[in-house]
Amino acid sequence: MLRSAWRSLLHHKLRLVLSGVAIVLGVGFVVGTLIFTDTLNQTFTGLFADTTSDVVIAPSEDVQSSGFAGTVATLPAALLDEVAVVEGVAKAGGQVFADGVAIIDSAGAVLGTTGAPQFGSNWNDDEDLTPYRLTEGRGPTAGGEVALDSVSADKAGYAVGDEVSLVAPQGALTATLVGIFRYGTSGNLAGATIAAFDTATAQQLLLGGKSGYTEIDLVAADGVTQEALAADVGAVVGASATVRTGKEAADQAAADITAGLAFINIFLLVFAGIALFVGTFIILNTFSMLVAQRSRELALLRALGATRGQVLRSLIAESFGVGLVGAVLGLGVGVAVAFGLEGLFRAIGADIPTEGLVLLPRTVIVGLLIGVLVTVVAALAPALRASRIPPMAALRDDIALPARSLRLRAIAGGVLLLGGLAAMAAGASAGGASGSQLVGIGVVAALVGAIVVSPAIAGPLVRVLGFAFPRMFGTIGSLALQNAERQPRRTAATASALMIGLALVTALTIFATSAKSSINQVIDRTIGAEFLISNQTQRPFPEQVALDVATVPGVASVSPVKLLPAQVNGTDAALVGVDPETWTDMASLTFTSGALDGLESGGMAVDAQSAADAGLAMGDMATVLLQTGSADFTVTGIYEPAGAFSGFVVSSAALVPAGVEMGDSFIYAKAVDGADLTTVQADVTAALAAFPTVQVQSQAEFKEQITSGVNQILLVMVMLLSLAILIAILGIVNTLVLSVVERTREIGMLRAVGALRRQIRSMVVLEALVIAVYGAVVGLLLGLWFAVALQRTLVDQGIEVLDVPWLGLVAFLVLAGVVGILAALWPAFRAGRLNVLEAISTE
Amino acid sequence: MSTAAEGLESSPPGPAARAVDLTKVYGTGETAVTALDSVSVDFDRGRYTAIMGPSGSGKSTLMHVCAGLDSATSGTVYIGDVDLTKLRDNELTRLRRDAVGFVFQAFNLVPTLSALENITLPMDIAGRKVDQAWVDGVIDTIGLRDRLSSRPSQLSGGQQQRVAAARALASRPQIIFADEPTGNLDSRAGAEVLSFLRRSVDDFGQTIVMVTHDPTAASYADHVLFLADGRIVDTMDEPTADRVLDRMKGFDGKGRRS
Ligand SMILES: Nc1ncnc2c1ncn2[C@@H]1O[C@H](COP(=O)(O)OP(=O)(O)OP(=O)(O)O)[C@@H](O)[C@H]1O
Ligand SMILES: [Mg+2]
Repeated sequence: MLRSAWRSLLHHKLRLVLSGVAIVLGVGFVVGTLIFTDTLNQTFTGLFADTTSDVVIAPSEDVQSSGFAGTVATLPAALLDEVAVVEGVAKAGGQVFADGVAIIDSAGAVLGTTGAPQFGSNWNDDEDLTPYRLTEGRGPTAGGEVALDSVSADKAGYAVGDEVSLVAPQGALTATLVGIFRYGTSGNLAGATIAAFDTATAQQLLLGGKSGYTEIDLVAADGVTQEALAADVGAVVGASATVRTGKEAADQAAADITAGLAFINIFLLVFAGIALFVGTFIILNTFSMLVAQRSRELALLRALGATRGQVLRSLIAESFGVGLVGAVLGLGVGVAVAFGLEGLFRAIGADIPTEGLVLLPRTVIVGLLIGVLVTVVAALAPALRASRIPPMAALRDDIALPARSLRLRAIAGGVLLLGGLAAMAAGASAGGASGSQLVGIGVVAALVGAIVVSPAIAGPLVRVLGFAFPRMFGTIGSLALQNAERQPRRTAATASALMIGLALVTALTIFATSAKSSINQVIDRTIGAEFLISNQTQRPFPEQVALDVATVPGVASVSPVKLLPAQVNGTDAALVGVDPETWTDMASLTFTSGALDGLESGGMAVDAQSAADAGLAMGDMATVLLQTGSADFTVTGIYEPAGAFSGFVVSSAALVPAGVEMGDSFIYAKAVDGADLTTVQADVTAALAAFPTVQVQSQAEFKEQITSGVNQILLVMVMLLSLAILIAILGIVNTLVLSVVERTREIGMLRAVGALRRQIRSMVVLEALVIAVYGAVVGLLLGLWFAVALQRTLVDQGIEVLDVPWLGLVAFLVLAGVVGILAALWPAFRAGRLNVLEAISTE
Repeated sequence: MSTAAEGLESSPPGPAARAVDLTKVYGTGETAVTALDSVSVDFDRGRYTAIMGPSGSGKSTLMHVCAGLDSATSGTVYIGDVDLTKLRDNELTRLRRDAVGFVFQAFNLVPTLSALENITLPMDIAGRKVDQAWVDGVIDTIGLRDRLSSRPSQLSGGQQQRVAAARALASRPQIIFADEPTGNLDSRAGAEVLSFLRRSVDDFGQTIVMVTHDPTAASYADHVLFLADGRIVDTMDEPTADRVLDRMKGFDGKGRRS
């Protein structure tokens, strides 16, 4: 029996290839994702293990310091001297390392990927105490000198000896490039830029001249373990700082970086999941058809004395073979995928210090297991059915495998689908966190339900969607329709990938357009200022900027705003410091109780949601903990949250006693009535020449910037989902090729009695078209429902408008049709080419 | 019931189909098989011809080439006065659709179509209007009026073959080719199909060429051609089952001796 399984495998090469491709892709993406993750993990763990000293001391913080507030937690310089003399310490060094020094490239633009940190650092020549390894020149030893990481120097076009423009928190400066270094073995630190100065300059630029350090590194003397030294140093340092072993610190750093990259892995795994899902369907289809076609052969084997078990085993052996071959090839594809991902990372500016990809035995095992298991499980149902073919069937002319009823599916799937839709509706009207959860559960239930119920509704829906076919294409049209209806399971499975893909794309698209419309509406309603001035580095800028802008003719008033991290009554919160006098002109909030007036006398305005979360009501006293100290405020106003406008608003002046010395996060500016806005904007820009990273945006540009962020996220997601749709094409091709093979005789018949090649081709194309459109229509409807539910749920979060891009949805539908037609081209060509005689005499 | 007169309107004179010096060689070199060896034959209008001969003698090949399903290695085939060897695929397909009817041994019907839809299929594919009165006549002759909406899978083998024969007749082709149309049927069901074919010749003046192994089936025909090794070795008019059987025995003997 095994030999017969092997023969039939070789005999059906085409089927082998088609079902193989799906497995190869599915396994390939799972394996590629694993390899890439392992490679990242291993290299970053290795990188930090190499570059971290034996013991690391860092400041203890109650309120997390953050770049956007420009605050950096430090250790006192005296601590370095204290720990340096602890027994067992061979060397001690103080590090200054913080976000906030932007490198301006030789063309005058700010260097760096959006979002990636721009680190400034001090330089230390002792390689035991620093991760930097010089590749060129020397380390900076005096003010006016800088060293850059090799990727930044390369990208910015600077060579040793050049004058480098930089923007530090205090303002712009230039320095001579004296050295270029690598971060350990890597060209840079996972995409961040690093500019290193002598320690005094670094302290001046990053710590505002304080003589402290952000971290102290210790090297243990020979024979002293990291743990022992950490314990001894911990006793000296006390609670004022945290002491970790180098291993702990390195692992933490590696984990932080890989966690930051996790979203890519999630996307890849989702994609791999869809590939495997479609692959499973393709295999299931293939084997169902294989069994149907070979039922006579199998019955003959049974008649000749093969037992049910033997038939079953032979089919399982066959699927095992396909799965194994597919999985092995998938491993190869996985390596290619991992290479591709690495290249992608390089392209976006993150240098990954790889000594090659990391292929763990676990990856190989998982890949093989997935490939083989998925194939065997998918083949199991058809194989079981095949083993039930009675031996007598060999003697009969046409064998129909018993068709299973769709009733159970219709009921189970219908309940799941409707339940999911209802859950979404309920979640949407409930809103809030529990509402979102309900919507999420509903989406999953509805998707699963739709897949389960699909075979039961595919027949009728195909008839409805293709109602015009018979009138437009005559008999060929109705034949195509009947072919699509004939095997509702197969039609449903074929359409499922397209259905899921389109449901997600539709939901995302509608949600994104709604988000954009909502953002625009909120800005129109709440911002009265014509201009917004902000820093491209996302960091605070000097208060001098506001003063400069105020003097520009045409500017009526300016209102600086500070954003800083804080804890309000023990929970983390964003604090907004404003100038109450001018702020009212710039932003209009709707107060449900109280007003903005209270701010001047130490009051605080809170949005209703944050107030509820922090348990605050009008008149309550709130303790606000800042990095530099704390302050008490009375709640004097509660307003309705409006999109981005939410949080705790206080007067900036009231923060000064708590030690806040930061610059401004952004500035609102209002123009004089009747002034020419373009001229005013140009004048403001000119006035900001001393601050190259500070920009002025009109309200329209500001909206554009926010919505373009939404667009970018949308684009990435749609691109990944389009890959899923590519796989859907594969599924359609597979189904059609197999259908053509299965209907060889019928097609031969049609040709014999006079159907032209062109007509046969049209028949196949129309079948594909109606299947694709079926999947697309169901997907679009689901996506529409998802998006409405999501928008309703998030009304409170500022997504207050539902904006359905109908034209886009129509485009999706058309695109799905085109996908169907494209997928049909090759199978249709094959069907048209069938030799009439051979088709008729096919056994 | 229609009459012979309105069966085939305005047929041009001459045979319905004609093969001249027809040779068909499968393969090349050592493995070449000569399935037809310079066969010349006329299929006269309104005649029912049976082709007989041992297995592998070239019966099906002759039929396929004459019907435009296969190409000849050399020689010419005419349907009416059209030379098939000069036609391209689309023209050939149209000719098959409009001028030729087929009944195969099995798998004649499209499973998704009802019996009636199968009968009118060639005309539907051509986008031609169905001659309702004619089709009604044909349906009455096959006697399956009450099963017209059934799918092929709901019909017996004999019923399926009768539907196939009705389809062949419904488009009023110049000639019908049937390859062992009763090969899969028991004698009673076979008789139903054969008498239907006979009646279509008698009542409608249809031209039929039928390949068969069964002397009884051949006895329904007006004329029998005997094929051996790709050549016509004998003919017989007014056949009866016994005479055909006798002749076949002679042949088998001859065939073995040679
Ligand atoms: N496609 C083909 N390729 C090669 N040889 C073929 C092909 N079709 C038929 N032959 C050969 O041509 C010869 C005639 O075959 P044909 O099918 O016409 O015989 P037949 O008289 O119809 O036989 P049967 O009574 O068994 O149906 C045989 O020797 C056969 O092996
Ligand atoms: Mg034959």
